[in-house]
Parts: sequence; structure tokens; C-alpha cells
Amino acid sequence: MQYEAVIGLEVHVQLKTRSKMFCGCSTEFGAAPNTQACPVCLGYPGVLPVMNEEAVRKTILTGLMFGSKVTEFSKWDRKNYFYPDMPKNYQISQYDLPLCRGGAVQIGNKAVGVTRIHLEEDVAKSFHFETTSGVDFNRAGTPLMEIVSEPDIRSPDEAFAYLTALKEILISGGVSDCDMEKGQLRCDANVSVRPVGQKGFGEKIEIKNMNTISGIRRALAYEVQRQTAALEKGEKLQQETRRWEEAAGKTLVMRTKEYAHDYRYFPEPDLMPVTVNDALLEQVRKHLPELPEAKRRRFVKQYGLPEYDAGVLVASAALASYYERAAANSKNPKAISNWVMTELLARLAETKCDIGESPIAPERLTELVAAVDAGQISGKMAKDVFAEMFASGKSATTIIKERGLVQLSDTSAIEAFVDQAIAANPKSVADYRAGNAAAINFLKGQVMRLSQGKANPQLVGGILERKLKES
Amino acid sequence: MSLHTLTIHQLREKLRRGEVSSREATQAVIDRIAAIDSKLKAYLWLNTDDALAQADAIDRAGIAKNGKLLGGIPVAIKDVINVEGQPCTCGSKILKGHTSVYDATAIKRLREAGAVLLGRTNMDEFAMGSSTENSSWGVTRNPWDLERIPGGSSGGSAAAVTADEAIAALGSDTGGSIRQPAALTGCVGLKTTYGRVSRYGLVAFASSLDQIGPFTKTVADGALMLRAIAGHDASDSTSVPQPVPDYTAALDRGVKGLRVGMPKEYFIEGMDREVEAAVRTAIKRLNELGAEVVEISLPHADYAVAVYYLVATAEASANLARFDGVRYGLRVPGEDVIDMYGKTRGAGFGEEVKRRIILGTYALSAGYYDAYYLRAQKVRTLIRRDFEQAFAKCDVVVAPTTPTPAFKIGEKMDDPLQMYLSDIFTIGANLAGICGVSIPCGFTSQPKLPIGMQILGKPFDEETILRVAHAYEQGTEWHRQKPAL
Amino acid sequence: MPDMDISYIAHLARVELSEAERSKFAAQLKDILAYVAKLNELDVSNVEPTAHATPLTNVFRKDEVRPSIEIEKVLKNAPEQARDLFIVPKIVE
Repeated sequence: MQYEAVIGLEVHVQLKTRSKMFCGCSTEFGAAPNTQACPVCLGYPGVLPVMNEEAVRKTILTGLMFGSKVTEFSKWDRKNYFYPDMPKNYQISQYDLPLCRGGAVQIGNKAVGVTRIHLEEDVAKSFHFETTSGVDFNRAGTPLMEIVSEPDIRSPDEAFAYLTALKEILISGGVSDCDMEKGQLRCDANVSVRPVGQKGFGEKIEIKNMNTISGIRRALAYEVQRQTAALEKGEKLQQETRRWEEAAGKTLVMRTKEYAHDYRYFPEPDLMPVTVNDALLEQVRKHLPELPEAKRRRFVKQYGLPEYDAGVLVASAALASYYERAAANSKNPKAISNWVMTELLARLAETKCDIGESPIAPERLTELVAAVDAGQISGKMAKDVFAEMFASGKSATTIIKERGLVQLSDTSAIEAFVDQAIAANPKSVADYRAGNAAAINFLKGQVMRLSQGKANPQLVGGILERKLKES
Repeated sequence: MSLHTLTIHQLREKLRRGEVSSREATQAVIDRIAAIDSKLKAYLWLNTDDALAQADAIDRAGIAKNGKLLGGIPVAIKDVINVEGQPCTCGSKILKGHTSVYDATAIKRLREAGAVLLGRTNMDEFAMGSSTENSSWGVTRNPWDLERIPGGSSGGSAAAVTADEAIAALGSDTGGSIRQPAALTGCVGLKTTYGRVSRYGLVAFASSLDQIGPFTKTVADGALMLRAIAGHDASDSTSVPQPVPDYTAALDRGVKGLRVGMPKEYFIEGMDREVEAAVRTAIKRLNELGAEVVEISLPHADYAVAVYYLVATAEASANLARFDGVRYGLRVPGEDVIDMYGKTRGAGFGEEVKRRIILGTYALSAGYYDAYYLRAQKVRTLIRRDFEQAFAKCDVVVAPTTPTPAFKIGEKMDDPLQMYLSDIFTIGANLAGICGVSIPCGFTSQPKLPIGMQILGKPFDEETILRVAHAYEQGTEWHRQKPAL
Repeated sequence: MPDMDISYIAHLARVELSEAERSKFAAQLKDILAYVAKLNELDVSNVEPTAHATPLTNVFRKDEVRPSIEIEKVLKNAPEQARDLFIVPKIVE
């Protein structure tokens, strides 16, 4: 019997706003404990929440980016449960009328459906010691956007692709930085397994505590395998919540005590509903970025790049932007692309810099490529020049001038070197004339050596061939 | 001249003319408290040094003289409203020793108006009650009869004003907690339209019903207090951006041409005969003053108590969840966090609070939400519509505030349902979100206990209810009578 | 309607009740629930629930940082604190 995995992902994203969802405390990361808290986000008696407008706009923007329907009328609800990281022991969230419904995230040829997108407030952070835990309320109240996918994902790889694409879209929209290490993006999964062809779903098992995108892929792979093996043995699976243990490489059942929740949702009396009209939608639309998919297609069309190159270059907004600046005034966007994808990215990786810290400004790369195309330096020479540009920050023109690297393209000078090489290497000449075409390479090398590497290799080749044919 | 017996207007006049200082006035009130509060127990906390320091600062700055609304006037605060640096127990053990770290907006506005924040008054725990017997700190006694309750939940504030232990006071009204004690102690109690006064800093009981309001000795004083504290507040999303008129300016317009609605459902079997008679006589008096009296119906009045005890308790069950021993308040240690929660809340909350939390949690729980909470919110809509339709036929609705005068301490403690039913006339106005003021309209004969009538008005029409109340009050002497203490 | 399971509701509400309280409340709440059942007399099939007393929408604030309160005030009423954190019994996942 063949089994297939059915996976749905619930992603929580911290929005990139300056202040919290319901109060004016800063959302900046890394502050000392409990220094970004106020009576409201501490849940002191008598306080009241007030909605952060930017958080709502960013959520609407996300809906537009995913092609969701932004609901005209949405409201807030209290989700009631007790936990030390909950300042009020209810979380202000959205239950039956979320801000956005529907939409999809494209992964390759497949569209993974989005069920809903809603806003809520984040909880505090706990630190665990030997017999106690300590709670820091800096994070409590941060705007949190929850994106629930349809159970359309069929493999850990698809999950990985979905999360990668989702991150890219959110980053490009300025909605969130999606840094999982900083807790800005968290993901829980619902995993079930069923025989291929079966319409109904198997028992849905929730997986929590996956802290990196690769970790999620590993966890899902493990869980799918575990559930499949269980079903094959004839075991019955039951709905439960499991915790991924990265070090052990397995999922374990969590204590169910806190997880059998009756949230007792009811409309939040302290907050008024949100109505979205066309005017507001138009305002938000102005902030729509060019999404990665559209950008890729444009790069192919506008710069004549192959799909693969375009794909690499749009992988990050910063990289795409760098490329476009370099290609803007270049007659050879393909060459620019090659330099960026091979030399530049490699060098940046070696020095652990990202594209924003590149010592070579995009315009300088344009200049380098132009110098090669103009025959000023050879391609081989350009690699050296590039290395020095990276190390020193100097321009190609400066380096070429300082090192006197201008390629020799004066044909009479080259002819002189060619004559010298022919005269000094009769054996190779004889080999070539005897039909060994490869012997010309040795002679080429000799000409390059004689010219101290400066001779234009194309010209050398042409002149050598002509002269060798002559006699 | 016993300064503590003055009204805000009278004291303000003297302060402005420089006849007395705020310090003298404040001292007079402090002396009064020292003399009688051991009998009444209206106050939970009073820092006399702090109060006098405030008064001195006001005197030095000449605030009372330069026209601030409440310049130099000592005002008592119900223990449910946050005043930075002061304790705030809400009448509960679970907040014993708790200190507020911020000012409620209404308090900020009192400060801006130049008032002296006097002390903190007793109340039913977390505003849940109609007699102040649910306070963890003991009951406050009715100044007219020390064996009787002063009403609740703002019993302390009502008693303080009536007994001249404060020139005015703040309370809160969720189901009648200002109007009912005002009626039972014989002073003026105003519940504003929902959204008229900011709730920021008022410890929440039922978020969609709570309002802060004043207790005063006269209607004109109430209008002044309202002017000081009303208005939109950016910190309260439910506060309405409606401009604040000068409530004192409209007071003297009289009642000629106004239509007074008498709801037949508020004159019921089983209500005290003298209470009914006093209110009927008062309405006749309004008629004599030029108002037209029309009979109206509020057909769903009988369902108000049932709606309230589902909606208010549901909201309260969530609002009180934050009292868990983690960030503030009482903590009873436990084996683990859940144990700590259970023990803390079990020990910290009193019986009535626990009862309502259980009821409210049940009304929201899975499988019961539709039958209880949702249904109650729908009937609430019907009650709101009743008032809307009534206000098409009349400008104000006049009715008794309570079915009986003050009952004896302990009389209703064993039967929660009986206690709930004493709110039968006040609850409707909270559910509909409209405004209402209770004013004295007579006394029962034996013993002599105050009777109050309430004047209910359209949303944001406090001007009209105050105008009617003032017209009635000016033609009577009820508000000048003081208990013998 | 079946009787309320008071122990379960008390657990949901995280309020520990004594045996005496449980039986007392059971009786009282039974009466109260019988009383509120009168709401079933009404036909509310076409009635919208009252969500808010006032018909406001889009009550927003601008995304601006306001000063937080000093840590002394944050921790002022903390029953137990250490290293600037609120301390509770160890939370086990």
C-alpha cells in the first residue's frame, strides 16, 4: 500500500512595526528584560488595548501579495487560556472574521492554498532555570500575523519550498524580516498520512518546536515516516501534539494537560471592528512590491538571462537590486550576471559578507565588464583585477592604470612577439604545420609570456594562425 | 462654618473669593472622617499628609482662585480606579498590598481640574454586588441607619458623600453600582452614556457595561464633575469622540415642553409601597413644573437581569483571569504553575466573585456559548431597541431606582438571586448603553430611609437628564436633609 | 440542560474550590441557571447580538514608539522576581 503525506503549516510572523500591537512599547530586538513593557502589555488591572494601524496595513498588504480576499468587516476576539507568558490570560486574536481569507503561495508549478491570515498579539518570553522559570514581557504584545495554509503540502521538500517562498514574499513587502533565530517567524505543522487515493484525511498530528526551516524539513520527514510505519503495522493513530527534538532527531508526545483547550472565544469588547474599503485598499496597494516570481520573469525578458540565472539573482531583494544597478548601464547584462553569480557571490561567501557589504559597488562591476568587452584587458586578467578590486575597493580603471595592465592590442607589436615565438620554437611550428592543431596553444603561451601577459589573446591567436599558414 | 457640609459649588465660591483655603477645606473633611468613619467604614485608605500636601500645592499655585473647574475640592475615589502610587485593592484580598503604577484617565482629568484626591472608598469586591457586603475588608454602613447597607458596589463613595466625608466622589456603574447606592443613601449618582467617560484605569468588571461616574450632593455638582472627566480618550478605544458640552450651562432651562416617559414595567408588584408612592409623586411634580407625562413600555424589562448575569459574568470571567499571582497581587505557592493559579485565585477571590467567574466561564464554554452568552447578547439588542423606541415617544424615562429602600446587613446574603433582583431597575440602562442619574425624591417613614428616582436619557443626552433632575431638585428639600451622625 | 460540571468549570477558570464551596455553588448556580432560562421564551432568530454599545470602527493609533515604564515600576508588585524577570514555578512543556 502506498501512503501519502498531507501537511498543513501554521506560520506565525512578527510584523516589522516600530511599536507593539496594542500599546506604544518598542518592538526592538535584544533589549534588556522587561525594559520594553508598560501597564498595557503587562496586563495590569484597568488597562485597555488600542490597535496599531500599521500592523493592520501590513496584514492587508500580505493578503494582497498572496492574492487573498481582504474581508470588508473583521473583528477581534478573546482567546481564553492560562499560561505564565500570557499577561491577561486571554490573547486578543481573530476568530470567525479574520482580516484575510484565501490566497496561495506559488512553489514551482504548484500553488499551496492559504486558508486565512489574521492578526493577534505575541506572548511573553520564558527562560527556564532549575526549579523556576523567569518571564520577560518585552516580546508580549508584538504584532503577530498568523498564516494558515490549506493541507495542500505533500512532502517535506514542498514544505521547505513553501516556507522559503513565503519568507521571500514577506521580506520583499517589508512586512517582516522573518529571522527565525530572532523568533520573527515560527512554524507549527499538522501532519497526517493516508493511503494514496483515499479522499478523507488521516488523524491529524500537530508538530511543534521546529526552529529552523531545515529543521522543519527534517521533522516532517521523520514524522511522515513514523506515521507511515505505524499505519503499515496496523496501528491506530490518534490526534495529539508532538514536540520535535532536534538533537534526538525524533518527535515525542507532549504532555496533553495544557493542550486540551476550550478557548471560549467571544468578541473582544475593548476593541472596535475593522472595516476595509476600496480607498484603504488602494493606499495599501501603493506599497505592493514586485514579487520574486514576477521579477524573475522580468529579468529573463529584460536582460536576456537564462531562467537559472534569473532565479539565482532574484533570490534576495538586495541581490536583485545590486544586479540591476550593475546592469543598468551595461551593454552586456549576461556578463554582469556571470560575474555576480560566480566571482562575487563566491568572494562574499568566503569573507562572510552579504551583498549589502560588497566592497565592489555595482557601478564598478559595470566598468570592469566594459573594460573586458572593449579589449582593454583579457578575461583572465580581469579575474586578477576583480580580486584586487574586492580587496582594495579601487576601481578597475585605477588598477589597470596602476599596474599598467592595458592589454596589448597594437597588432604590429603583437606581430613582433609572434615572429619571436615562431623563431624560438621551430619544433612546435613544425608540429603545427604537420597537422597538430594543438601545437598552436604552446606558441600562444609563448607569445603571452613574451608580452608579459598583456597581448590580447584573440588577436594573438589570429595573427599566429595567419603567420603559420604563410610560410 | 462646617466646610465639609458644603457642596462643590458652595466651596468653590468660598475658595475663589479667598475666604477659605483648600487646606482648610481638606482638613475639615479629614476631621469629619476621623470623627465618624469608624462607624461607617466608608474609607479603605486615606493618607492625610498626602491629601494636605496636594491642597497646599493647590493653594500655593492659586489654582482654586484662577477658575479651574474643581480647584481645591477634595474628592474621594472608589478603590477600583487606579491612582499612581496609591493602593488599589478593588475590595479584594487578591490585590492586598498592590500599588498602582499609573493614573486612570479620569484621575488625570481630576488632577487637571485642580481637585484634591482624597482617599479610597470601600466597595463590593471587583464591583460585584449591590450592598458592599462583598468587600473583603468589611461592610460600609448606611449613614441613615447603621444596621443597613449603603448599596453597592460603590457603597463607600455614596456613604462618604452623604455623610459629608467627601465633597464629591467617583464610583463606577456596571449594573447600577452608582445609581443604586445613591438612591439608598440619598445623594446624586450619575451613570454616563457608555463611551462618554474613559475607562482607561478602571479595573474592568464587564467591559461593555462599565462606566466611571460621580457621586455628588446636588445635581449641579454632578454636572460640574461630569464636565471635568468626560471626553474622548485615545487610550480607550470604546470612548466616543463626541464633544463635551458645558453641562452646567443647560441646567436651568426647566422642563416645560419635555416629555417624561413612565415605564409601566418599572412599577411592579412586590416593590415597596412608599418607594412607589414617592416616585409617582415626584413624577406628578415634574408634570406640575411643565413636563408632559406619557406612559411607555419597555416590554423586555423583565429579561434584563437574566441578560446581565450572563453577559457581565462572561466578560468578567475573562477580565479577572489576569489575577494569577504572576505579575502582581497575591500569590499562594503551589507545586506547579497550575496549582499556584488555583490556590491563589481560590484564596484571593471572595465567594461572590468566584460564583460569577464560574457562571461566566460556563456561559462561554464549548457547547453552551450559543444557548447562554450568544442568546443573552441577542436579547440585549431587544432591550436596547425598547429604549430607542421609548425615546421616540419621550425625552427622558423616569422610574424608581430601586424596588425597596436599603435592606438590613445580612438580609440577602444567603440568596444570590434575590440580591441580583435588587438591580432590576438599573440594569437596563447599562445594557442599552444610555445615561441615567439617580436623585433623592423622598424618605420612607419608619425607619427614615432615602428613596431615589432615576432619570434615564438618550445616548449622549446627559444635558437633558441633568436639566430634569435639577428642575425637580430645586423645587424640593430632599437633598438638604442630612443623616444624624 | 444537564447540570453544570462545577469541577470542570472551576478547572477551566483556574479557581480552586473547597468541597463546601462546590456543593454550595452547585445549588445556587442551579437556581440562577433556571432563572436565566427565561431567555428561552423569546424568539431571537432574526436578532443580531449586541457586540458593542457604539458603532465605531477603525479606532487606530499611529505606529509610534512611546516610552515604556521604568523597570522598577514593571516589577514593583511582582510576587517574586530575579534577574529582572518575573519568577514562577518551573514551566514544563
